[in-house]
Order: sequence, then C-alpha cells, then structure tokens
Amino acid sequence: MNPADNARARSAILARLREAAPADTGTAPGVAAYYGRLATPERSSIATRFAERARSWRAEVVDCTAHNWAEALARIVAAKGIRHLLAGRTTPLAAGIAALAPATSLHWYDETMETFKPVLFDQIDAGISTTRGGIADTGSLIVWPDADEPRTLSLVPPIHIAVLHAHTLHETLYAAMQAQRWAGQLPTNALLVTGPSKTADIQRLLVYGAHGPKQLVILLLHGEAGA
Amino acid sequence: MSAERPTADPRAFKDNSRLVLADPVLRRNFRGAMDFLTDKRAAQFPDADAFAELRDLGKQIRQHALANLPQLLMQLETRLHENGIHLHWAEDAAAANAIFLDLARRHDAPTMVKGKSMVSEEIGLNHEMAAHGIACIETDMGEYILQLDGDRPSHIIMPAIHKTKEDVAKIFATHIPGAGYTEDVEELIAIGRRALRNEFRTAKIGVSGVNFLVAETGSLVLVENEGNGRLSTTVPDVHIAITGIEKVVATLDHIAPLFTLLTRSATGQAVTTYLNVISGPRRADEKDGPREVHLILLDNGRSQAYREEHFRATLQCIRCGACMNHCPVYARIGGLSYGTTYPGPIGAIISPHLMNLDSTRDLPTASSLCGACGEVCPVGIPIPDLLMRLREAGRHSHPAAQQRQALKGQGAARSIVEVVAWKAWRLLYAHSALYALFAWIAPRLRVLAVAARSGWTRTRAPLRPARRSLREQLATRTPLHSRKALRDRHSPD
Repeated sequence: MNPADNARARSAILARLREAAPADTGTAPGVAAYYGRLATPERSSIATRFAERARSWRAEVVDCTAHNWAEALARIVAAKGIRHLLAGRTTPLAAGIAALAPATSLHWYDETMETFKPVLFDQIDAGISTTRGGIADTGSLIVWPDADEPRTLSLVPPIHIAVLHAHTLHETLYAAMQAQRWAGQLPTNALLVTGPSKTADIQRLLVYGAHGPKQLVILLLHGEAGA
Repeated sequence: MSAERPTADPRAFKDNSRLVLADPVLRRNFRGAMDFLTDKRAAQFPDADAFAELRDLGKQIRQHALANLPQLLMQLETRLHENGIHLHWAEDAAAANAIFLDLARRHDAPTMVKGKSMVSEEIGLNHEMAAHGIACIETDMGEYILQLDGDRPSHIIMPAIHKTKEDVAKIFATHIPGAGYTEDVEELIAIGRRALRNEFRTAKIGVSGVNFLVAETGSLVLVENEGNGRLSTTVPDVHIAITGIEKVVATLDHIAPLFTLLTRSATGQAVTTYLNVISGPRRADEKDGPREVHLILLDNGRSQAYREEHFRATLQCIRCGACMNHCPVYARIGGLSYGTTYPGPIGAIISPHLMNLDSTRDLPTASSLCGACGEVCPVGIPIPDLLMRLREAGRHSHPAAQQRQALKGQGAARSIVEVVAWKAWRLLYAHSALYALFAWIAPRLRVLAVAARSGWTRTRAPLRPARRSLREQLATRTPLHSRKALRDRHSPD
C-alpha cells in the first residue's frame, strides 16, 4: 500500500477521533477489585477442580507424578496406537520422552515448518508439549510456544498431549496473568487451550475435532514444585 | 429453504422479512437456534447480581477504552511497531480491499485462507478479491458451508444456523469432490476438516478478524473453538488481520473479564477452546508462525458513531450476538432479512453509521422496544434508546439538540404526508373551536373513510370515525347511579 495513502488515512481517522474525544477520559476500570471480591471455591483442591473442568470439555486428564509420568505417557501412546510422536528436543520432558518404547518413532521438531510440513501434516499422530500453567476456573491450559516447541506442535497433529504441573495452576485467567506477569513478557503467540477443537456449526450439534486436535490428553503432575 | 432468498440490501428489509416469515422451515430453524442459545446463556449467568457486577466491569472497560481511543490507538501503533507487526489504516472498504490486494500481489498469492471475520464481510473481501482472481477460502465450518452454497451468514456467531444438516449434506455432496452424501454430523465435520487441511497447508496468506486489541502489549486477541483461526494465523507465510478502530482496550488484564463475558453471552460457554494472543511474527530462532503480520484498522463510519456522545455507546460492542438471540423480531425474520453484515438489534444501531441512514432507515423500526437486547448486552449498550434516537434521526432532517452534526442520511425516512398529518393534529389540538368543528364533521363524513390503507389494513381492520364523537356520547351519558334506570328502560318488556 502506498505509504502516503496510509499516512493520510491515519491522520484523517485520528483527527476525527481527537476532535470528538471527550475531555473527561474517565477512571481506570476496577479489574483488580472485581477479581479480589470473587470468592475462591474451597470445596476441593485446585487440581481436582481443574481436572473436573477440563474433563467437562472432553480433555482426558491423567493423574501422575514427576516420577511416573513417562510410564503414564507410554501407556497412552500404546493405548492410542500413536506411532509418530512429535516433541521439542531441549524441553525438560525430552529425556522422559526419549525413553519411550522403540515401537514409537519419535520426531524432534528441529527444522522450520516449511521443510517439515510433509511429516507434520501427513505422519505425526501426536504432539507433546509442556505448559506454562493451567486455569482451574475453566479447565484451560496455558501454552506458550517458543523456538523449541513451535506453535504447530500443539495444533496440527490430531492428538495433543500436554504436561501440566499441579503447582502451576491458578484460579482464574486474571490471577494467572498477574502471577506470571504476562504483560511484560508475552511471546509471539500465547494460548489458552481448553479441550480438543470443536464446532456446533451444523444444526447446533456439538462435534469434537474440527480443525485443531481431535483429542487432548493432560498429564497432570502432582507433587512439589520442581520435583 | 425456498428457492428465493432474501436480498443483501437493507432497502429490501420489508420484502425480505415477508419472504422469511412465509417460510416455515427457516422460521423453525431460527426459533430452535435462538431458544438453544438463550437457554445456554441463561445457564452461564444463574445469578442476576453477579452478572450485573461483571457487566458493569465490562462496560467500564469498553467505555474507558473509547474515552481514550485516540491515545490508545497511538500507543497500540507504537507497540505493534516494536513487535514487528505492520499497521495499516483504512478509511473505508475500498481502501481496506486495496491493502489486501496489494499484499496478495506482493506475495504472489492466488489464495487466502480465512478465519471468521465479520469485518472482512463488511468490506466484501471475498467478492473484491475474486474480481482480481484471488480466492478467499472460508475455513470456519459454518462460513465454509455458506461459501460453497453461495449463501450469506445469518448470525454473527453461528453463521449457518439457518441450514439443517440435510441442507449441509446436499451442499457437501454437490460441491466437495468425493464427499458422498451423509447426514451424520460427525462425518460432515470430518469431510470439512479433510477438505480444508490442504488449503491451510498451501496458502501463502492467512486472513483473520480480531476480537480485542491490547494497546499495552501490542497484541491481537482471537477467540475461537475450531482451530481454524489458529491455523490461518500460524501456517501461512503472511497473516493479515482486519478489525474496526474501536476494538482496542488499554491493558492485557482487561481481556480476562471481556473474554468471559463474550463466550458466555455468545454461545453460553464458560470459555472457548482457544484464546489466541498474537504479539508478533516468527522470530529469527522460531520454526513456525507467519513471517509477516499485518493489521488493518478500519474506520468505515465508526468515527461518525464516535462523534456523537449517545451513539458512541454503539462502539462498546464486543460482537457476542446475545442481542439478536434474545430479539423477538430477529427470532422471527432471521439474520438474512436485514440485508446488512450485522443483523439484529446491534446491526440496526451500527449499520446506519457504517452505511447510511437512508438505505438502513427501516432497520431501527425492526424492534418492539421490549428491551431484551439492552438487558442481555454484556457491555451495557442502551440499544433500545439508540434505536429510538436513530428513528428520530431518520425522521428529522435537523440534528437533535445534543447532536453535533447530521448523520449520513439524516432525515431520510422523513415523509411529507406524516409531517402534514402531525402539523394538522397540532393545529386541531391547539384550537378548541377548530377541534369542535372537526369532531362535528368527522362522524358525518365517516362513509368517505378509505377502506384499504396499505400497511395498516394488511393485517388490521380499517380505521373509521365512530357514528357519534366522544363529546356527543359524553353529553348524553347517564350518570352511574342511574344505571338501574337505564337497564329498566332498555328491558324488552
């Protein structure tokens, strides 16, 4: 687009808005006060509430620990007949994943997506990723893709397996944003993922497995922070 | 659905409505969908006080954003630039389409995959690109069905609610090679998924709308269930997002309450599958994501709504569609009748600014003013009040007392017959002698009353003066205490 046209449009739009903008710009909305007033449900542990919510969105939640999650993963891989598993090479999960039975061929996301497309789109059955936390209120995962775990790792394969530490759970999205200081350090793409992809576009009938993953498996790791 | 379809022109509103009202299948589809969405939303807001509190917060956030709009847009521009996102400004649809065309040509892209975007509908992107040999492929399941069928969205959240699964089965069997005929909805979705996978994989450009822009972080926030939004903004080399200038909010934490208000009001879900926060193109060390991200900010009449204090509230909208789900008029005539991109109550109050009050003059009258739309609005837009103000602006050539300037098409619905009728009414009611004369003449000329008056008499009996005026009747009225005497007098003995 012609830079001159763009500059003209910009100044015309801003001039119209400035001319009409109210002198009183109002007070900042009380977001913190609102969330401060929300009572935390105490009927059960945060991990239990998260799992309940996540399951209501048809996520499979597998309770495990820092010591046995790799075995739980092996069982899932066998049960679902996953033959090609995709993962990031330098994540804390890598060693555990690498120990999987040789019947599963393991792919590390090492190349750029452009050259990796044939494998990514046609071969991979499941992608396994870390998570940055979860939200108990809605059963959502916080997924921040990066150089090691690209965006498409949790998007293109039909199954997404996510590893979540119970100690990284937060009550609400707001609480997670505050505690993890999102505003100062957002990655190029940050996601909340709640259940597998779905649609109700045909006659309001809910179908799981639209364009994103058809299945979401959450390995919920209980135990101490850093264990 | 009948062979004849409602026209994509708000001037055809009345004809369109009659067409839909006469179609029992369409009416059943809409009624069913609206009841479903209304019930689901109600289940999400069981406590009226809790809803009111959250809505007040949402309203404060949107009002705060609009009060600071020029500053927030400047801040957004700075942050986007730091994040490596290209910002384009477009005053109208033609300018926005020119930007798309320029980018498509520069990247030599024969196709674009599209996530759901109402603003792209507003500018007629698919049609404009097709005219230049560029195919825009809708990837939202509902939009994809409509595109295959050459139809239009009838709802901003559930675009294909007017179709049955049998309709979709026929559309897929006809237009997707090798699809075959099935009415199994899981199978139909699987067919759609397969058909679109390769498009995601090969398209050079992905197009999306935006639900919220964050000035503080320079982020584009997208809300969706299907994953087509993520694919469109992740796999192609170039991502072009388009949205209105009003979509910006000040800080990232404002997204939390707006997100929950949006999903619960729209589809009655506590959350959608994906909240996708995009704050930049692929970095040098990253392996995927678009290499270029462009954002087009569209005005297209929004600054007219912004100019007037009352109409500014229109721009608080977060496009959840709750007002249409709860509108008794929308539930009967459906979204296609409005002939505009945005149907229902929100369409009736935003379209006059995006288009003009001339072609959209009938839309603000498409309401019984029952107030349901205003009650369910998650950001507290006084929709019934704005409908009244637009009705008034349509009928008066001069701007109202508090209005800065005339709206585009102000006074378009003004009718000389109506003006004369009201003038005559005022004259009669202000002069007692004239009134008495009129009241004496009218009953005596009652035989001359026209029997058929278009509009009124289509569904009602014609109006005709009484045999005796109210005055005459009162003059001969028997006092209450002598009712018995009256009865005696009339008894047939």
